[in-house]
Amino acid sequence: MAQNQASVAPMGKGKRSKVVRYNKWGYIFLIPFVAVFLVFNLIPLISTFYNSFYENYMDGLTQIGPTFVGFENYKQLFSDANIWKFSANTAIMWVMGFIPQIIVSLLLAQWFSDSRLRLKGSTFFKTVIYMPNLIMASAFSLLFFALFSDSGPINDLLVNKLHILDEPFKFFSSVWGTRGLVAAMNFLMWFGNTTILLMAGIMGIDVSLYEAAEVDGASSWQRFVRITLPLLKPILIYVIITSLIGGIQMFDVPQILTNGTGNPTNSTMTLIMYLNKHLYSKNYGMSGALSVVLFFITGILSLVVYNIMYRKRDKEA
Amino acid sequence: MRKFKKIAALTLVAAMAASAFVGCSSSSGSSAAGGANTDPTEPVTDASGEEISYRDQLKEKTYDGEGSVLNIYVWNDEFISRLSDHFPGYEKIDATNGKIGNVEVRFTKVENTDNKYQNNLDDTLLANGANQENASADDKIDIFLVEADYALKYVDTDYTMNLADLGITDADLPNQYQYTKDAVTDSNGNLKGISWQGCPGLLVYRRDMAKEVLGTDDPAEVQKAVSDWDTFADTAAKMAEAGYHMTSSVNDTYRVFSNNVTSKWVEDGTINIDDNIKAWVDMSKEMVDAGQTGTHALWSDDWSKGFYQDGNVFCYFGPAWLIDFSMACDQEGSVGYDGGWAVTEGPQGFFWGGTWICAAAGTDNQELVKDIMLCLTSDEETMTQIVEKDHDFVNNSVVMEAKATDSSFGDEYLGGQNPIALFCNGIETVSLENITSYDQGCNEEFQNTMKNYFDGNYATYEEALDAFYEAIKVKYPALNVPE
Repeated sequence: MAQNQASVAPMGKGKRSKVVRYNKWGYIFLIPFVAVFLVFNLIPLISTFYNSFYENYMDGLTQIGPTFVGFENYKQLFSDANIWKFSANTAIMWVMGFIPQIIVSLLLAQWFSDSRLRLKGSTFFKTVIYMPNLIMASAFSLLFFALFSDSGPINDLLVNKLHILDEPFKFFSSVWGTRGLVAAMNFLMWFGNTTILLMAGIMGIDVSLYEAAEVDGASSWQRFVRITLPLLKPILIYVIITSLIGGIQMFDVPQILTNGTGNPTNSTMTLIMYLNKHLYSKNYGMSGALSVVLFFITGILSLVVYNIMYRKRDKEA
Repeated sequence: MRKFKKIAALTLVAAMAASAFVGCSSSSGSSAAGGANTDPTEPVTDASGEEISYRDQLKEKTYDGEGSVLNIYVWNDEFISRLSDHFPGYEKIDATNGKIGNVEVRFTKVENTDNKYQNNLDDTLLANGANQENASADDKIDIFLVEADYALKYVDTDYTMNLADLGITDADLPNQYQYTKDAVTDSNGNLKGISWQGCPGLLVYRRDMAKEVLGTDDPAEVQKAVSDWDTFADTAAKMAEAGYHMTSSVNDTYRVFSNNVTSKWVEDGTINIDDNIKAWVDMSKEMVDAGQTGTHALWSDDWSKGFYQDGNVFCYFGPAWLIDFSMACDQEGSVGYDGGWAVTEGPQGFFWGGTWICAAAGTDNQELVKDIMLCLTSDEETMTQIVEKDHDFVNNSVVMEAKATDSSFGDEYLGGQNPIALFCNGIETVSLENITSYDQGCNEEFQNTMKNYFDGNYATYEEALDAFYEAIKVKYPALNVPE
């Protein structure tokens, strides 16, 4: 990041050097970042790896360990079916939320940035769709929990007002009901944010390209697929990778919505909620191992997404 | 942004947990009781030969020979106010500081939510060492409070002092309810804590539904319809026919079963399901399938719907504080507002809530700790004061029974019924011989996995049991599960 900057000193001033170096400022400005990164990221990261090789937890007030156990924690982690189940839960709920999120966001971003449509009050709507992101996920979850409870307003509406159902639908006792709610909340919270990002990307595209395409008789769908999407790729990659990481770290919404239980039958238990469960007994060994696994999953998935997206562009080019 | 949200989320998790525990540690009874002074110490007389009361003796003490700071760990103001209101010679300085004799009293208050209180206490105890040898004299913990759910976690270690070593014996505590001793007796049979309150629970039922379905709302008659779990099930069927739920949730009856187990959750390091717990599962499954109850959590909105007139719940199980503080009885439209509830003993006795005082090992204020314990938990004069001022149900059968026969006392929420006698009866039978330090986690996880079974998400009990074992392995890595 540091750029070596040099400038030529004014003529006729001293004989030592005609070049004044500014690159030390680059390093000085980097110090805060490096310090924060070391203390809050790198050291915890390394200690997580370190902890994952030890048996170390509390049994009541008795500390068990730390004893070096090699890969025992990893063995235990992968020997039981839970980790696969919880990974699948996380993936399912992320996909269920992300697909509508990216579609709606693309659509809205396109509409909002299309000057031809002359949408009225677009500033107002841009603000409104961003609003859910401003509410804390926890408050949002509590709201949904109240709305969709067995005798909550939604059931009241469905049964007593609209007469669609004969008896209340128990959202939180239904696997897909609860997963659907988690996905819907993630979608609602994040589509506004994604829209704004994509809009910024779309508005960065040279208008003359669209004009040229129009002169050549391209339809609006063709303009979208042939101009907008390819040029939007860097932003799209950014959006996909950040929400992927966010998805892998999904915690707050399902945690609060199900009161930490991952009900029904652990079908909404995400990997981070599982991690959180290990901390009940301060099980640093197992939670360390799980964190390391998460670290690799995140890294690998990000690389995969990055490579797929860029390889395609290289081919096209 | 996301990071920040995570923090915010955690805070809210904490807040939710807090709401789940609201009311757990308060109890109530009310006015007027008498009783002779069964002074725990030998009678002391003054120069003229007149007896000096225990409280007057305490007033004179300065505790010079002891540590100059008394550190007390608490999670709310309840104990602070009990001590400052009822311990003779306590001078209040501010909300968390006071003085007894020449000893400075320092309260360290950490919220109970999200295990914060326990975490802080654990860290301090571990840092101070088993006998607090690593702490300076002023930082030594002298007293800390615990709740029944996790009392044994501390009691069964060397971090708590044996009360006998303080000079408190069973002879000093003749009128305490047995369960309050069981809760804080370690595996070697040593008493290691003490409580000033009792939280016996009763079956709280709706008078109007009792009249409609059972033909009477007289507690003695209604008791016949709920005297054991078989008749309870028959009544539940009758209630369902009339369109009512017997209980709001399966979790209402859980405590009654779990307080009456005959084996422990953990036997020899292996998880064990008591027959009574299994009985709860069987009964609850039948009730849920028959539409006689719900599966929601305690303290949820669905659960508390039945507190109001338009609710359809026949009964709840709860102690006095549930009726007084949780059932919205002061709100118009609630059942209790018009005195619509009544209480009866129900199938089995149980308790809910309560706070215990433990002396930390290595305390340098042994005499003062002993005096505080005896004054608040066995001195009848003090305990009568507590009943009169704070409406606690105190841990003293003599004081409470005096109130039980007080005909002038009636609870307006219960249509004028005096419930104290019933509370006193129910609590005699509760035994906590079979508690372990793992109870809190086991109970929570068991109720949670069984909810899934009741809802039909697990096809069989065995499947639910497996899920329970999985959850326990994560929560308590040291425990084994049955093969």
